Amino acid sequence: MTAQRRGAAVDIAGLRKEYRSSQGCVLALDDISFRVSPGEFVCIVGPSGCGKSTLLRILAGLDTQSGGSVRVEAPGWSVVNAMVFQESGLFPWMSAEANVGFGLMTRGVPRAQASERVEAALALVGLARFRAHYPHQLSGGMRQRCAIARAFVTDPAMLLMDEPFAALDAQNRTLLQAELLRIWEDTRKTVVYVTHSIEEALLLGDRTVLMTAQPGRIKRIIDVPFARPRDLMTLSASSELGTLKLEIWRALEDEVNRARLEAQG
Amino acid sequence: MNGKSRERLLYLLSPIGLLAVWQILLVLGIGDRRFIPAPSDIARRFVMLLASGELEWHVGVTLYRVLAGFVIGAVPAVAVGLLMAMFRPVRIFFDPLIATLFPIPKIALMPLLLLAFGLGDASRIALVAIAVFFPVVINTYAGAANIDKIYWDVARNYGASPTVMFSRIVLFGALPTVFAGLRIALAVSFIVLVASEFVATKSGIGYLIWNSWELLQVDVMFVGIVTIGLLGLVTSVLFAEIERKAIPWKTQ
Repeated sequence: MTAQRRGAAVDIAGLRKEYRSSQGCVLALDDISFRVSPGEFVCIVGPSGCGKSTLLRILAGLDTQSGGSVRVEAPGWSVVNAMVFQESGLFPWMSAEANVGFGLMTRGVPRAQASERVEAALALVGLARFRAHYPHQLSGGMRQRCAIARAFVTDPAMLLMDEPFAALDAQNRTLLQAELLRIWEDTRKTVVYVTHSIEEALLLGDRTVLMTAQPGRIKRIIDVPFARPRDLMTLSASSELGTLKLEIWRALEDEVNRARLEAQG
Repeated sequence: MNGKSRERLLYLLSPIGLLAVWQILLVLGIGDRRFIPAPSDIARRFVMLLASGELEWHVGVTLYRVLAGFVIGAVPAVAVGLLMAMFRPVRIFFDPLIATLFPIPKIALMPLLLLAFGLGDASRIALVAIAVFFPVVINTYAGAANIDKIYWDVARNYGASPTVMFSRIVLFGALPTVFAGLRIALAVSFIVLVASEFVATKSGIGYLIWNSWELLQVDVMFVGIVTIGLLGLVTSVLFAEIERKAIPWKTQ
């Protein structure tokens, strides 16, 4: 992996997504516009139902928008994006090794080269000893490491992460966040990271896109001031983080109350 | 005695008890031994038929027909079931066919198959294949259609072609249910085959049973029935072993 290469650039403009059902039309995303610079780590935060996962799926090409445009530029990259899913999405019928190598196998990477890269990726996340294990034999944290290795091994221009650590306990989450940052800082890929935790977004991201629910709109985009490389332990206990968090909570409070009032009719 | 061996004893108690009661009743002269042979009579006849090699011959013929028909029916059934789950037009094409043909008792097709394939093994193998096809295709489709959506998403996001989708995702995702279908199909194949061997053949366990009815050799009839039961038991144990090997990720 060449460190000089910069990740994908993303330009989202006027994005809209609506779902039609028998109950009528639901507007999931409305007027979403922002850019992501190459190599940037952007977090998208919002309450459940704000369409943040839908936004990520559109970026991944797993869903299509109803209006607006999404441009992803990744010149010189053979793989544009790789997604890490919330519940790992490891195939239960494949060993850790086969799971990690899946994106290489599908793209016809020669076997010898693929197994070398898989080996390195497993080592990177500390799973070298578990290569022959099936997902059900791994702990939740190990499964997410494996899913991260599967994404990194394809060397994508952009990583799309959908609440990858939400199902983990606090300790494992902190460990994996630190590991993710360590790996990312070595590669400087573009990351779009969806979470419902403001704290997680501030700890990890360069910028945080705050979204509101029903319809999903951008409320604010916050530049995260913390320098890199970050020490997550120290940072999470710092007063700067607390102040920033409080400020964002205040901004969201009105939003939450308004939504609650509307729900009550 | 620990719980495990007590359970094993209990497991054997019902068949042994049944045989014992059966034997005692006949020895006491309750029931006509010419029509209802005692277990000891059946066992004696069983050994005689084995010694003469006759039973082995019939077992061999029946097993050959079952296995050939099973493979010929199951392989396309798995393929069609998977394709139905992957491609909507395939599903729409096959749905009415399966809905119409599945409820027909397959043994009713026997005369037709005798016309089409003649009196040899081919007609019986065809019958087994047809009978096997339906439970397997239905279970395969159900298994593949119920694969968690996330695996389709992952496969698509990681660049899987339709071929990879078929051979690495849909097939394996459906495998546990496919095996459930194959187990049912195995039982069904014995049922239809033995019935088909009642007519127009001079070999197989079904023939042995039917022929001994015509000659009123009731003990031979029972030997045939017991043999079918044993074949069913042995094949299903073997099958469970294959299943365990084929699905190593299934948590026990």
